[in-house]
Amino acid sequence: MTPPLVSRRAVLVGGAGLAGLGIGAATVGLTREPDVAPGSGTLPFYGARQSGITTPPTAHAQYIGLDLVDPADVPTLQGVLNLWTQDAARLTQAQPSLSDTEPELATLAGNLTATVGVGDRIFRAPALTRLRPSWLQPLPSFSIDRLDPRWGQTDLLLSLASDDPVVLAHATRMLTASVRRSVRVRWVQRGFRNSPGMTTGTMRNLFGQVDGTVQPASDTYDNLLWDDGAEQSWMADGTSLVLRRISMNMDTWEAIDRRGRELSMGRTLDTGAPLTGTDEFDDPVFSATRGGIPVIPASSHIARAHRRHDREQFLRRAYNYDDPPEPGSADTSNSGLLFAAYQRNPVTQYVPVQQRLADHDDLNTWTTPIGSAVYAMLPGATESRPLGASLFDAAGRGSGGAPQK
Amino acid sequence: MAIRRLLTRSLNRSAALTAAVILLLIALVACGGETSDSRDADAITVSDQWVKAADSGMTAAFATLHNSSDRDIRIVSAHTAAARTTEMHEVVDNGTGGTTMRQKDGGFVIPAKGSVNLTPGSEHFMLMELPKPITTGQNVAFTIRFEDGSTVGFQALARDFDGNQENYAPDGEHEGMGK
Repeated sequence: MTPPLVSRRAVLVGGAGLAGLGIGAATVGLTREPDVAPGSGTLPFYGARQSGITTPPTAHAQYIGLDLVDPADVPTLQGVLNLWTQDAARLTQAQPSLSDTEPELATLAGNLTATVGVGDRIFRAPALTRLRPSWLQPLPSFSIDRLDPRWGQTDLLLSLASDDPVVLAHATRMLTASVRRSVRVRWVQRGFRNSPGMTTGTMRNLFGQVDGTVQPASDTYDNLLWDDGAEQSWMADGTSLVLRRISMNMDTWEAIDRRGRELSMGRTLDTGAPLTGTDEFDDPVFSATRGGIPVIPASSHIARAHRRHDREQFLRRAYNYDDPPEPGSADTSNSGLLFAAYQRNPVTQYVPVQQRLADHDDLNTWTTPIGSAVYAMLPGATESRPLGASLFDAAGRGSGGAPQK
Repeated sequence: MAIRRLLTRSLNRSAALTAAVILLLIALVACGGETSDSRDADAITVSDQWVKAADSGMTAAFATLHNSSDRDIRIVSAHTAAARTTEMHEVVDNGTGGTTMRQKDGGFVIPAKGSVNLTPGSEHFMLMELPKPITTGQNVAFTIRFEDGSTVGFQALARDFDGNQENYAPDGEHEGMGK
């Protein structure tokens, strides 16, 4: 692994503020300094790239999948993105939206971010057809998938995140209500991590595993994460998101002992270190054997997921979910992971890894992908260029005027 | 109708005022004097403007209007191509526990060094007889005209919103059941 380790640990130990590191070093999974006053933190909305991707993950996230009532209605798509720009620019900075009926709920943002992506169907509109990124298509079907259409592909994705669930509920209401004649909410997927200040370092999933240790180094983001506009110039500074809903069967996971759990993952449960190391960020040594037997089983999750090429890397930004059991289900819980993978090109970066895991991964015994969707995450907005401006410029529509603050 | 007469009167007056202001401006420029804020429009800034999306009939537009001058400034008319008629409305108690919308006598006055907030359930621009729907996110252009004849234009995005439903009662002939 390339070495974000040093800077990461320097931050953990030294407690340097994120601001001092500059944007490029704001690594996902990194601990951040607590807000001076609880809930008072804000993250920028305007910028070349959208917030909520490499900005530090907050405690709560809400992925909202929406369909356009008329997917061929490009002017309305543009109108929706203009409104989201106008509202998100205010809500993320702890200001009520223009038609806010509960402005008292908008006085703190708790590091709220609003991040917007578009699905493949919007590119069926004749004006946009030639502008679809070639990778924006459903993933190949994997043998392990048990996909439920209720968590499937939508025309739009609104990804909201905040440290506070009330802020998140209010932002969700404002951003969906102001466009409700033209879009329908298809699903909402709620996820969480520990509350602010509870833990440091990489998150844990509900299997108790340290989750998200392997990340591309921040100095590779320009190459691996952000689009350079080479294929579709309007996508420059955008990226792609693969959102997978992965059910984790707590009842059967509970049935195996700790050693079996660690062997299936290839990491220890206490520190998340590879079975060949002592620290979470130690490089795993897949060739190491003990008594002729590999220390890290070749069938374990990290052995299978480990990249075979430099391009097989993506930014992981997962959240736990823990919903009520489905009515009539024999399972005690309905838990899992909202697995979000960001990369410039999912076909070349994400799919080969996912294919290997589908072919075999010891963890597949307890995990099942039940939802899957792919989005083109738009380039960032500025005060004069709302979300989607580069797309509509390329389609010859202009940016539709600057949104008023 | 009294209001229409008033409007016509103020328009005539404003035409005269415009001529006077132009003469004054020429005089000021000739003397190298301070000319900023001399027109009403130069003293007014519009912010936080938006309009309610609607399929047909009536709808409303809202904004914050700020007056940086040291004199009160009156809006005499508002116009948008998205409606056949645009009026200035206020919302008042109807005396039976509800509220009623009615046209604001003489239009909105923005106080010196002050602001007027046009919000749902309060003062607003009323758009009547929409020739076609105002759709989600549509950018709607408005022009507001002041007593001196100067104008300010602004654009407002249309938002889906169900508030501001107080009954409209021209001449008080309908009793509103305010929501």
